[in-house]
Amino acid sequence: MNLLFKISSYQLRDVIRSKWIFFYTILLMIISYSLISLTKEPAKILITMLNINLIIVPLISLIFGTIFLYNNKNNIIFLLSQPIKRNVLFLGLYIGLILPIILGFLLGVGIPILFYVKIFSNYAETIFLLLTTGIVLTIIFGGVAFYISISNEDRMKGLGISIIVWLFLSIFYDGLLLIIFQTFADYPLEKISAFLIMFNPIDLTRILVVINFDVSALMGYTGTVFKNFFGGNLGVLISALMLMFWSILPLYLGLRKFKAKDF
Amino acid sequence: MIKVTNLNKSFGSLEVLKKIDLEFVPGQITYIVGPNGSGKSTLIKIILGLVKSDSGDVWVGDYMLNGDCHYRDKIGYMPQSASFPENLTVTEVFKMLKDLRNNKDNLDESLIKELNLDKELNKRLGNLSGGTKQKVSAAITFLFNPSILILDEPTAGLDPVSSSILKDKIKKEKENGRTIILTSHILSELEELADNVVFILEGSIKFSGKINHLIEKTSSLNLERAMAALMNGQLI
Amino acid sequence: MKIKFPPVIVLFLLSLVNIEIFGGIFHAGPNYQLKNLESALKIISPYDTVIIHQGKYFSNNIIVNKPVVIIGLGRAVLDGLGKNQIMFIKSDDVIIENMTFINSGISFIDDNAAIKLDSVSNCKVINNFFEDNFFAIYLARTSNSTVSGNIIKAKNKKESYSGNGIHLWYSKNVEISDNRITGHRDGIYLEFVRSSNITNNLSWKNLRYGLHFMFSDSCSYSGNVFQNNGAGVAVMFTRRVEMFNNKFENNWGGAAYGVLLKEIFDSNIYNNYFYKNSNGLYMEGCNRINIKNNDFVENGWAIRLMANSMDNNFTANNFSGNSFDVSTNNIKNFNTFSGNYWSEYNGYDLNKDGIGDIPFRPVSLFSLITEQNRSSLVLLRSMFVELLNTAEKIFPVLTPETLIDNSPNIKKINHD
Repeated sequence: MNLLFKISSYQLRDVIRSKWIFFYTILLMIISYSLISLTKEPAKILITMLNINLIIVPLISLIFGTIFLYNNKNNIIFLLSQPIKRNVLFLGLYIGLILPIILGFLLGVGIPILFYVKIFSNYAETIFLLLTTGIVLTIIFGGVAFYISISNEDRMKGLGISIIVWLFLSIFYDGLLLIIFQTFADYPLEKISAFLIMFNPIDLTRILVVINFDVSALMGYTGTVFKNFFGGNLGVLISALMLMFWSILPLYLGLRKFKAKDF
Repeated sequence: MIKVTNLNKSFGSLEVLKKIDLEFVPGQITYIVGPNGSGKSTLIKIILGLVKSDSGDVWVGDYMLNGDCHYRDKIGYMPQSASFPENLTVTEVFKMLKDLRNNKDNLDESLIKELNLDKELNKRLGNLSGGTKQKVSAAITFLFNPSILILDEPTAGLDPVSSSILKDKIKKEKENGRTIILTSHILSELEELADNVVFILEGSIKFSGKINHLIEKTSSLNLERAMAALMNGQLI
Repeated sequence: MKIKFPPVIVLFLLSLVNIEIFGGIFHAGPNYQLKNLESALKIISPYDTVIIHQGKYFSNNIIVNKPVVIIGLGRAVLDGLGKNQIMFIKSDDVIIENMTFINSGISFIDDNAAIKLDSVSNCKVINNFFEDNFFAIYLARTSNSTVSGNIIKAKNKKESYSGNGIHLWYSKNVEISDNRITGHRDGIYLEFVRSSNITNNLSWKNLRYGLHFMFSDSCSYSGNVFQNNGAGVAVMFTRRVEMFNNKFENNWGGAAYGVLLKEIFDSNIYNNYFYKNSNGLYMEGCNRINIKNNDFVENGWAIRLMANSMDNNFTANNFSGNSFDVSTNNIKNFNTFSGNYWSEYNGYDLNKDGIGDIPFRPVSLFSLITEQNRSSLVLLRSMFVELLNTAEKIFPVLTPETLIDNSPNIKKINHD
């Protein structure tokens, strides 16, 4: 445990000084700042930020995570020649990577909000949701990135797979859902769609956001299954468990590969 | 002391190591040589625990490798091309390793001074030249007074002055009774330092023993020709 | 806001005014010779006043058949014990004030009310309390009357066990103001009513509609608040409706509307505030309605404009933070949108005249999809949907081409 903390703290120190974390933070700051200064309508700003979140955070986490492992391959090999357990090293690298990304995210989104904190005075809960979804998505897609790059020796292939995973989860999956909904329009699909959404972490976080923002529209959905489910205690619990599952599963699979891997 | 018995490893259908039996003795320098792809780096990586063998045993001291990592406390490893976190300073990298090994006393920091690293201590690794990185790597290798030294082409990339400082250091550690394994393509270095030579070709050991023994056996004029003879498949 | 005098002061004032008009004053109560309202009504002359003192009176279908002022002093409770009606007013010029009516009988045949007025005029029902009645105030064939300042509560869970709070049928020139109604089937219900004003009422958490009216021409609705009603407000088959300064809030559900308009003609809807309704304003078969200066904020659908609606004008409204601004089920459009503010508008204003230089299309492709297929709502705000919408905005194929605001406001319009 102690060793894990040490590894992650040194990795964190390394990553936090890198240019791309800086650029990520600046990019988010520019987006947030321009959104705020353009509209000054807190509800619209926050929903747009949440939308951008759902797109940018997974993409950045995937790309940064994949490239990070490839770039640090020799460093990892060297560290493995030290008396360090593989799982400790793996988790240390992971924590050392995602904490700076999370920090960059919190600063990039948080500072512009703090700057205009007055107009957001009634939106504490939504800002909390905004920050939480960003953190959760980083944790999930950082793990996915680790799994992808551990499983593929070729860095171009790994990067390609990362981008395909992102495209699939953020666009194609929803396209497939729409096709399913149109094809089986005559059947009650509420439960099935709730179920299908659980299996895409981006959709799942999106629904939690939508419940918060577009509840009036979702309530127009006959049966109000979604509000009752995702807005109720059981639904929140299940959603949280699913997100936890998505945070752990890719990381666990990556760890298994990492432990068995010949470097 | 390191002992390897009946070691086999293949990557897919490619047999990289076949029935390797070897012993590395304290107070002696053993060079592992062979053409690229012969399996020598795989052998080193198995000893370091980076690659897992298919069968066979590796003993480091009186510990048999089984996946536990503590034996690497005794090993100083200098990789062929060193790589450390780019955005840490040299001091931080030293500090990191001391932290990770949880070893802050009984340190051998002589190489830091001898290789003139004092001036580079506050620079980030990413801003150092390849040669300087190699020096940092060398200093780290000897830092913890390891009883076993594994050096993969240590002098490649070093300037002649640093190279000779490093060679002196290796000799000195041999006097201190360390078990030392080296790989190199530089035959002059080999002639200067090696007590033993292990020659690996296509995953099998073709020769293992003293240098003069090797020259005698191949009836060659010198080491270079002896090597050439081995590579041409001359059996001993 | 009206100033409410405590009954004691009212009595004092009444005793000062001309006795000729108001006649004599009779007291009824446990400590008086007249034990209850019924016995008082037997002996009084027209235009007398009856003061009911604090107490609980079991009352069953009290018939008021002469002009009278009935005033409660303290908490004077008429309890219907869940049977029949409590009070039936059959005479003009009756005033009921500061009384409490509870437990009028639930019936599936009769519209049992706490107070029913039939075929009368010049009556006033003022500042009374109604609790757990089937119907509370029921006006049939009534004219020139006032229902004001009443607090009306019920707590039945099922529509069939619940009547309306204020129910008007075949009436005209009625003022309904400053009432607070909750827990009934419909808060305020009007059918075949003419020329009446409904002002400053609060109608919330009723089982069905906060306000429901049909075939009631030339009525006006202003300053009312309708919140959290099962189905919002429904206005049907009516001409010349004036609706202004009302608030329609938090009406949630698949069939819940801020306002549902069905076959409404020649009406004005202005300066209203629609907030967080599943459907802000739903229009079906509506013609020549001016919708002006309203705020539509954070509704599911701000406006659902169904087929057969034409010649309606949407001007200078604010649309902000709605999941869908306008949706329709028709590719053709015969309504006009101009000078509205749309928070979804991303255009620019180079000449700085406050009007966007490119038109705004409030109907998104996704809103058309959800109109046909509600399940697809779960894809709301997904990137895939944003892509679909953007593609459709660039090359409109499926969305109505003429449903367009050519002069969108850049800034929110101030309606105060």
